[in-house]
Order: sequence, then C-alpha cells, then structure tokens
Amino acid sequence: MNSIGEECTELKKQYDDCFNNWFTEKFLKGNHDDSVCAEKFKVYQECVKRAMRQQNIDFKEVDKDVLGTEKEMKAPPQDASS
Amino acid sequence: MARYFENTTVFNFSWEQVACGYWKRYPNPESAHVLSEDTYKRQIRDGCLYTKRLLTKTNRVPKWGEKFFNAKSIKIVEESIVDPKNKLLVTYTRNLGYTKVMSVVERVEYRGVASQTVALRSAWIDSQVFGFSRAIRAFGLERFRKNCTQMVNGFNYVLHNMFPKQSLSAGGNANVASSAAMSHALKEMRDAALTATDRAKANVYASVQRS
Repeated sequence: MNSIGEECTELKKQYDDCFNNWFTEKFLKGNHDDSVCAEKFKVYQECVKRAMRQQNIDFKEVDKDVLGTEKEMKAPPQDASS
Repeated sequence: MARYFENTTVFNFSWEQVACGYWKRYPNPESAHVLSEDTYKRQIRDGCLYTKRLLTKTNRVPKWGEKFFNAKSIKIVEESIVDPKNKLLVTYTRNLGYTKVMSVVERVEYRGVASQTVALRSAWIDSQVFGFSRAIRAFGLERFRKNCTQMVNGFNYVLHNMFPKQSLSAGGNANVASSAAMSHALKEMRDAALTATDRAKANVYASVQRS
C-alpha cells in the first residue's frame, strides 16, 4: 500500500513489516513493550508529516480524538423508524 | 438529522486472525479506490493499542453531485482500539473536510465469539447542503451499503490468503451449531440486523418520497 507521500512509501513498508510482526508475535501474546519498531516509526512519521504539510492537511482536524470519547456518534433508539 | 445504518458480518476466523489481518487489509482486489494509507499516531494505554491512521480514497459521486463535491479524492481519519484482553477491536472512521457537504462516520466492533469474529458495523451519514441534504444523505447511504459488501469481500480475501488452512477447515456451520454461545450470539445479531435493514429501507423510501 502507498503512503500519502510517494517518498515515504519505502519507510512505511519497513515500519509496517516491523509493526505487523510485533503485533502478532508480541502484542497479542501479552508483551506490551513496543520499543522494537520505535526508531522505524519515528523516521517514517517525519516523512509522512512533511508530506501532509505539503498537501495542506488540517492537522488540528486529524489530531481530534473521537473514539472512546463523548463525541462518538450514538445509535438512534431502536423504535425510531424514520 | 443523520441517516443511520447498521449491519452484522461473521468472519470465519478467530479474533486474533482478524486483528492481525486488519492491518493488512489493503491492497485487495476490492480496494482499488484506496489510494494511500498511513499510520499517524500509535500508542499503548492500559494494555490496549490506540492507532490513528490517515487514508486517501477516490471520491465517487454521480454527475449531479459534482456540483457540491468535485474533489477527486477524500481523506479519511481512522481511529482504532485493540483490546486483546476482551478480544475486541473497535474502529471509528470519519472524513476529513467536506463534512458540511457529506459526513460519513463509521464505527465497527470486531468481537471474538468462540472460533469466529462478529463485526457490528454502524454508520451515520449526514449533509448540510441547503435544499439538497436529503438527496445527498440518501445517496450517501446507498453508496455506503454497496461499499459494505466490497469491504467485507476484500477483508475476507486478505484473511483467506493469510490463513489458508483455517478457511478450509472452517467450512461450516457445524462449528457454529456446536457452540451454544455462538448460535445465541448469532441469533441476536441476526435480529438486530433485520431490524436495522428494515429501518434503513424505511429511511431510503421516506427520503425518496420526500425528495
């Protein structure tokens, strides 16, 4: 899969490979030490954020957290039918 | 008011397999519209993995919609929480920008039930374009429903590739029937899905008549 910045795709791939391995072999098995991919993540992040800035992406909007907060959308009551 | 939609899908894979597959969902034969995917933020809190990703997808709109929504692509923010203790993965996606024209929010809960995974998908589609909001919501809802099948087929394709043996041996409902918990959960899910389908249909008809 491509990164938003063409120049970041290779860094993304290296990080994703590291993460997927860590997720399967460590995290799901109860080992929550995530330092193994930290360096790869940092380099990849710098690239992505640069690409995002170049594309004028609104960081404030991206940074907004919704999941797990009061701002999450709620399902309507069961009897509402229109 | 936003249109609401929900449905339920059962994946013939364990929750762990679905959780691993989730990060490898793209590309797949049904995901030509997904252009890019990046991890923006990731951290562990209280034993759960919190991730925020940024996706770019092509924006497919009918001719009449181009007037409001002429962007060729759209950015999507996806938040997720993986809770391995409770075998729960929750994802929450929203579009970035153009939210007044059309906002699509999707929340999916992937829950491990016996040897399978049940995904409960909810979506809220809204628009605030004066005079056109109903038509846009109805269009958004229909597009979302169609995309659902694609999303599930694409994800299943990836899972079958990652875990080929599993998919052969999980050939059936024999496994489901043998588990009382699973059949109970499935019945509840089916009822919920039926209610939701009726509700969604009613919504679409109502909007067609009104517009």
